[in-house]
Amino acid sequence: MVAPLVAVKRVVDSSSEVVLTDDAQAVDGRFAGFTMSAHEECAVELAVRLGESRVVTLGDADAVEQLRAALAVGCTAATHLVADPQTFGPADVARELAGVVREHGHDLVLLGNDAADSGDFQVGIRLAYELGWPVVNGAQTVTVEDGPDGPTATVHVSGPDGHETYRLPLPAVVTVLEGGVEPRYPTVPGRMKAKKVPIEEREPAAPPAGTGRVRLLLPPPTPSDVQVLGKGAEAAPAVVDLFERLGVIAR
Amino acid sequence: MATVPASAKVVVIGAGIVGNSLVHHLARLGWRDIVQIDKGPLPNPGGSTGHASNFIFPVDHSREITDLTLDSVRQYQEMGVFTQSGGFEIARTPERMEELRRRMSSARAWGIESELVDPAFVKEKVPFIEEDQFIGAFWTPSVGVVDSLRAGTIMRERALEAGALTVVPNAEVVGLDVEDVPSGRRIRRVRTDGGDIETEYVVIACGVWSPKIGDMAGISIPLTPAVHQMISVGPCPQLAEREGEISFPIVRDMDTFCYERQHGADMEVGSYAHRAILHEPEDIPSIEQAKLSPTEMPFTSDDFDPQLEQAYELMPELLGAEGAEMRYAINGLLSLTCDGNPILGESLVEGLWTAAAVWIKEGPGVGRAVAEWMVDGHSEIDVSHSDIRRFHPHQMRREHTRLRTTESFIKTYGIVHPSEQYESDRDQRLAAMHDSQVKLGAVFFETGGWERPHWYESNAPLLEEYGDAVLPREHEWDARWWSPIINAEHLRMREAGGVVDLSAFEVFDITGPGSLDAVQSTCVAQCDVPVGKVVYTPVLDGAGGFKADLTVMRLGDEHFRVVTGAAHGPADRSWFADHAGPDTVLTSRTDDIATIGLWGPRARDVLASLTSDDVSGEGFAMLTCREITVAGLPVLASRISYVGELGWELYVGVDAAAQLWDALLDAGSSSGVVPVGIGVYGTTGRIEKAYRAVGAELDAERTIVEAGMQRPKVKAADFTGREAYLAQRARLDSGEAPETVLCTMAVDDHTSASGVKRYMLGGEPILTRSGEPLTDGHGHHPYVTTAGSAPSLGKHLLMAYLPPEQARVGTELAVSYMEELYPVTVVSADATAPYDPANERMK
Repeated sequence: MVAPLVAVKRVVDSSSEVVLTDDAQAVDGRFAGFTMSAHEECAVELAVRLGESRVVTLGDADAVEQLRAALAVGCTAATHLVADPQTFGPADVARELAGVVREHGHDLVLLGNDAADSGDFQVGIRLAYELGWPVVNGAQTVTVEDGPDGPTATVHVSGPDGHETYRLPLPAVVTVLEGGVEPRYPTVPGRMKAKKVPIEEREPAAPPAGTGRVRLLLPPPTPSDVQVLGKGAEAAPAVVDLFERLGVIAR
Repeated sequence: MATVPASAKVVVIGAGIVGNSLVHHLARLGWRDIVQIDKGPLPNPGGSTGHASNFIFPVDHSREITDLTLDSVRQYQEMGVFTQSGGFEIARTPERMEELRRRMSSARAWGIESELVDPAFVKEKVPFIEEDQFIGAFWTPSVGVVDSLRAGTIMRERALEAGALTVVPNAEVVGLDVEDVPSGRRIRRVRTDGGDIETEYVVIACGVWSPKIGDMAGISIPLTPAVHQMISVGPCPQLAEREGEISFPIVRDMDTFCYERQHGADMEVGSYAHRAILHEPEDIPSIEQAKLSPTEMPFTSDDFDPQLEQAYELMPELLGAEGAEMRYAINGLLSLTCDGNPILGESLVEGLWTAAAVWIKEGPGVGRAVAEWMVDGHSEIDVSHSDIRRFHPHQMRREHTRLRTTESFIKTYGIVHPSEQYESDRDQRLAAMHDSQVKLGAVFFETGGWERPHWYESNAPLLEEYGDAVLPREHEWDARWWSPIINAEHLRMREAGGVVDLSAFEVFDITGPGSLDAVQSTCVAQCDVPVGKVVYTPVLDGAGGFKADLTVMRLGDEHFRVVTGAAHGPADRSWFADHAGPDTVLTSRTDDIATIGLWGPRARDVLASLTSDDVSGEGFAMLTCREITVAGLPVLASRISYVGELGWELYVGVDAAAQLWDALLDAGSSSGVVPVGIGVYGTTGRIEKAYRAVGAELDAERTIVEAGMQRPKVKAADFTGREAYLAQRARLDSGEAPETVLCTMAVDDHTSASGVKRYMLGGEPILTRSGEPLTDGHGHHPYVTTAGSAPSLGKHLLMAYLPPEQARVGTELAVSYMEELYPVTVVSADATAPYDPANERMK
């Protein structure tokens, strides 16, 4: 039986205007709130479908909210690497995750394709390197079958140029791109149960090397490309033209 | 960016339920050139209306709020956006059942069909509820839900069709320009990011953002944005199989401070149980910064978890149904105020109006009332408890709003005693003799920020002396926030005398060449009297309803002093200020003059022992005032009484007030005179004399004739409300009975079914002896406006407006209290005092 570990990160939820903290080291979540990224929501969904799964995060005390959210939708255990995530670079995080994998004996690790805030695409690959396991990036779906040589994962990846299917023996690391599965919302009993699951707390194994990040800068606002096609019934021909151009309809 | 018109008659800021109702009603009443702006898009600009639960339970303990709600429901129905669902308020505890019985009183008083039902009745209508979780419920069939966004659109469209309105969404207010005029400050211009609008009137109807907009004109709109948590769970198969938005009654789980409201296939669970989560208006995100909308803040699930469990216990099969997920969860922002009432009316900046802190259930009613107020000067529904001018300076601080709403949030579904006092932000205004009062064991109640002794524990020894004459109360609820010492103080005052601290009185002087005109045009009674006369007078609004009831002293040819109650003080003062011409000066004296009342059969002896002035019956006539020296202190003495005893109100500078207080108590102690609290002054002494009080018997929906306060003549000089008042009198003279008549009743028997004697506290419905409802000429049902002990009569008295047929001495009726009937008999059908009707004791 597969024992997946799924890694999530507490990030600021999305809104049309990004607000930075006063020190420009992070995105400020006081208005939009915090969540895990859409990639990770899909990773959690895939992990839950695969079996009894553990969720892990590296973050401060508030990150427990994201662990509980994963527990509420079906993860059955949780590990909290208690640390200030701003001081941890991707290599640091990968090393700490590897410790959890070894400790709990997982054979499959699911992560988001990239972090919603730092967007560095590194942790999954670095974790695979650290563990010496194969890695597939940008997965839409993951299934696991038992074979004669042990469990084998089938991973589907969709890109602009076509579809790829990988079959690889476990253990393995897979990073998930949103869109392959529809993440579920928590149920009321799920949320109540999540509240009662004990969360394992771990100290980081080594001090972080850091991210090397100096500060965040917001891009200049993009000019609006809103075009008013007309008002009322008079707008109809322009809308039809546009739909045709976009390939929504054919004439 | 939107561009705005360069000028308007009125600019309404906000396109939520309030702003939309307002533009509709202003247009309906004939106003044109109305401009409505909102920083958000239409139809949902992102304020509290956009995420409201949109359900309406009509019964509230407040008549004003209930009337606004009923009017709103009528309007929603007329627009076709109201869906009746019925609603339950369920009780998990016996204390809550008692509160639901009290709610029945309010329902009967306001004429709303409701009944108390058992869990099986609820189960039949809400099959997915667990019956063993509660013991009973309050059922109101007329509960329903509305589409408040659609209603807003309909109302805007009506104003647009009338050619009265220009709507500009996506235009943000960046400033309000105010200019100095002879009468004060006046609004002139609204500055927006799409241009400036020159305007005569502005209405701030922007809900949680209102304080920020008010600040731009230097006015305080004391409300705070506060979080109300809400989740939506679905699809629930039990709900999905029914057509439409709602087909099951709404359940308010009163003891867990939660509600469950069907919304299509989802069940919405809302909570008022969590800690008060307050925000500053400046910290609300912009539309771009928000994830959902500015007033749908990120959900904080930890705060909600306890309520989730309780909701689950109540409806496990529904909330735990296969496939039912928590699809939506927000910390929704709504507006709270220090006293729970809306903030309506013209601010101290002329032409700058407010209509904020309004819920969906009151929105259209408020829109109509404020529009009438703006156009006609008064509204059909009296909204004086919501008047922005009610606030005292200390209440305009954000700190006060923050502390009071933090305290009151958990009381949203709470069991709140009618006399319950706030604990936070007290001691704002202390009388000069406060230290002495503390030593005397005063129990303080707050009015307008003033700490007023309600009774003195130092008078506890009197209890033994008077025995059962103090009318002790057996039931804890009846005796809560009350003491038999009040009645002992009352008896002692009637036997010997009492000294009453009245420092909280609002006192203001009107001086200057226009001062006589200012008081004459405001007051009903003749104020063109010799210097040294005291005038007791109603003050009316233009429709002939009560605005105030107060005394005026003429201190000089061009000098009048007005004295009124603390609670309504600021509103009364602004009313006079609005009526004062340019050659008049209005000066508040509240903070530099203290008032001490001295009343009782020994009052003259006590005063005479402290003064060489002539205070005899001939030397100091009733309803006169003059400066005398008391205990070496200069005092303005006024011979008047609100408790039906011989005596004076003594006005003294605050610096000398403590000294005068001590001197009076010292001089009186040998003859048995004691300090007496507001429990006597405001209730027992007053009700024995059938004196009417503003806010209880007197409000803008009542007339002098209905209150039985008409005098033989009407002065020739013009005054506000004169025409209406003359018409009311003419109808009476032609033999036509008023629609309703203020009466005093005595309770004949207090014994409840359980044998415990019960004492009504006010607000209860008056019914026939057999329990049938009564209806007056306005279509209203009688309810108790004031209830109180009458220790000198050995009775518990009730005041209520009765239909004219019942308004006869001797009529036998009943009062319903906690769903039991108690027999009552009318003892006075006009202003005649039940105690000492000939006023012999005041001579």
